[in-house]
Amino acid sequence: MNAYKALVKDLVPKKFRKKDKLWMIFLIVIIVAGLVAYIDQVRQGQKVTNMNDYALWGIYISNFVFFIATSFVGSVAVAILRLTNNHWRTPLVRIAEIITVAAIVMAGITIMIDMARPDRLLNLFVHARLQSPITWDVVIIPTYIVISLLLLYFPLLPDFAILKKYFKKKKPKMSKLYGKLSLNWTGSAAQKAIQTKSIKIIALMILPVGLLLQTIDAWLFSTTYRIGWDSTNFAPYFISGAMVAGIGGLICVIFVVRRYKRLHKYITDFHFDKMGKLLALACMIYLYFNINEYVIPLFTSKKDEATHLDMLITGEYSVLFWVVTIIGLILPIIVMFFKKGRKPVPLFYIGLIVVIGSWWKRFVIVTPTLLHPFLPIQGVPESWRHYFPSFHEWIITISTLAMALLLITIMIRYLPVIPIQRTAEELGISKEEPIEKTEL
Amino acid sequence: MKSNSKERRKFLDKGLKIGLATLIGSFGLSKLSSKLIAKTTTSSNDKMELMTTDGKLIQVDSSEVMTVEKHHDHDSAYNVREGMPNRKFVMVVDLAKCKNALNCQNACNKYHYVTGDNAWLKVYDMQESKDTAHYWMPMMCQHCDKPACVTVCPVDATFKRRDGLVLIDNERCIGCRFCMAACPYSTRVFNWGDPGQEVTLNMDLIGHSPSPEHAGKPSVVGTVDKCDFCPHQVQQGELPHCVTACPNGVFYFGDKYEDTVTNGEETLRLSQLLEDKAGYRFLEGLGTEPSVYYLPPTDRLVDFEDGLQYYKEFESVEKPE
Repeated sequence: MNAYKALVKDLVPKKFRKKDKLWMIFLIVIIVAGLVAYIDQVRQGQKVTNMNDYALWGIYISNFVFFIATSFVGSVAVAILRLTNNHWRTPLVRIAEIITVAAIVMAGITIMIDMARPDRLLNLFVHARLQSPITWDVVIIPTYIVISLLLLYFPLLPDFAILKKYFKKKKPKMSKLYGKLSLNWTGSAAQKAIQTKSIKIIALMILPVGLLLQTIDAWLFSTTYRIGWDSTNFAPYFISGAMVAGIGGLICVIFVVRRYKRLHKYITDFHFDKMGKLLALACMIYLYFNINEYVIPLFTSKKDEATHLDMLITGEYSVLFWVVTIIGLILPIIVMFFKKGRKPVPLFYIGLIVVIGSWWKRFVIVTPTLLHPFLPIQGVPESWRHYFPSFHEWIITISTLAMALLLITIMIRYLPVIPIQRTAEELGISKEEPIEKTEL
Repeated sequence: MKSNSKERRKFLDKGLKIGLATLIGSFGLSKLSSKLIAKTTTSSNDKMELMTTDGKLIQVDSSEVMTVEKHHDHDSAYNVREGMPNRKFVMVVDLAKCKNALNCQNACNKYHYVTGDNAWLKVYDMQESKDTAHYWMPMMCQHCDKPACVTVCPVDATFKRRDGLVLIDNERCIGCRFCMAACPYSTRVFNWGDPGQEVTLNMDLIGHSPSPEHAGKPSVVGTVDKCDFCPHQVQQGELPHCVTACPNGVFYFGDKYEDTVTNGEETLRLSQLLEDKAGYRFLEGLGTEPSVYYLPPTDRLVDFEDGLQYYKEFESVEKPE
């Protein structure tokens, strides 16, 4: 009983300390700056960006692709690890679900930032045409938002009940709110059966929907004639890339959360070792698809394809391309081959490198292709032959990243980042009856 | 309690299914019966004599005869999204005659009030490979029969008409620029900021409401523009501006169904012209089925170099000082 109380005390959400408040203020300042820049963009039109008729998509789109990719972590960590019954996932899933919700919500917002006429957003529904990949996105993104919210919410029910009890005297208002959110959870066998079944259904759903989300994201590009996008390899290439970005992000957030919430007892070196292995696997799969995408075309080397590859391998974007490939992908794989490389601290840095690499990787996918169309670029200002984001674009993009971090921070503040009830059950110190193993 | 609610659910489930089945069944039955009834209507023995379209006289039971309300506007009613009935507009560009005089571009810019940095019609300095000759190639919207831009548009803002034109509804476009990414001919331009047309050219623009027929008049911020084959000219029996402006008769415009094209001076059989001069379409291999044909730059009237004096690598729209 005491062990249980200690556990609850360890895992309940705690008040912000001074440092956390400063962090929040920092994020909010960036977001406000981004909002101001965005309002200016709406007023003046997208001429405030450095996009042009050739580089017609810029970092708004690559940032969108990055968010979509990161949101895949929910599908991976929750569905794959759950369906393969990997028990080490327990202290990690909640954070994965939180990242998923934040990333997919931000993906929905960033794609609207790229729209030059956000005032005509409703046209997407009123005049929707099914054969456009954008319409597929309009369908799949809200679907994924709903599913990932449910996947976060259903497992939280017993924890909300625990929080209601815990805060009863300390913070009656919070307790009441948690109580409402817990939907009168008592832990009865009937409730547990429904909850288990619901979670199972959602976990089964998030896998195909997550795969579809990444696929449609890839199809946005591969349904065009553009060299470098017109590739049948693109969907699996994006899916594997999403695993890398997602797991990388998960490792970073978990490291920080563990440190600031002092959860070393629950998230141990063992967990980091496992996550390191998973990330190494994801990186290797991604490398495989990179080889398919960039090495094999070298052999047939059709003229347009050769132009594209030259631009990446030796041309204007070669530095970025090689940094992203070698430091962002190959180096992490090598480091993670060693057990020492999978210790928390080195793994955190690897995760950070992988996430930053993933962001720039999307830039390398989106921009160079646009800069060598079938016809030569003539009759337009010379600056149109290159693209680098403008001040407005940077501020707005950075503020979307800050918004994602803010969402994550808020959820970490008010939700137990490690499932309390589940951990108690696994440790055998639960107050409630253990879940009856019902075959579904 | 538990079993009770289960029973209820079962009942509801079954009820729904039975209800649905009944609905479908009764609908089918009513369809069937209406057909049967129609067959058994008795004829009135009152015959009428009518003439068919090929001139034969026939007798028809008068009960079968109905007056058809004539739609006066059936042929004349003009739908912007449908286009002009029974027409199929094409263009032929004779590369052998082009010397980059750029009158086409200037006329296009002027009459479409192009104010951005990228013209709708551009003349490219082309060279297939290192050892082959340079030549001038006017490039405008190809008005593809399988337009990649129309396929990807999420809101049907850019659309294909029966008369072959691909146009843009600037009042519906959401500015996602997917069509620009999809177009392999790089002919679409975007209004990144306020077009500012009323400042530079305010003559005819006042009171002119935007219509896909008059693309670019006025342009709308945050939407896509491109060559529209000048339907406003064609409707008045005129040729597109680029065709009439060209001093060398490079552009031929016409109707594929009539098999004729004209550059204002001479009118030719389209099929004959394409056969005689080995016409081709640009990037045929992509399967976009363009409506613009090119005649190869053989036996050129002028040297390529003569056109270089007008060539501006970094400008296609002249800006007022």
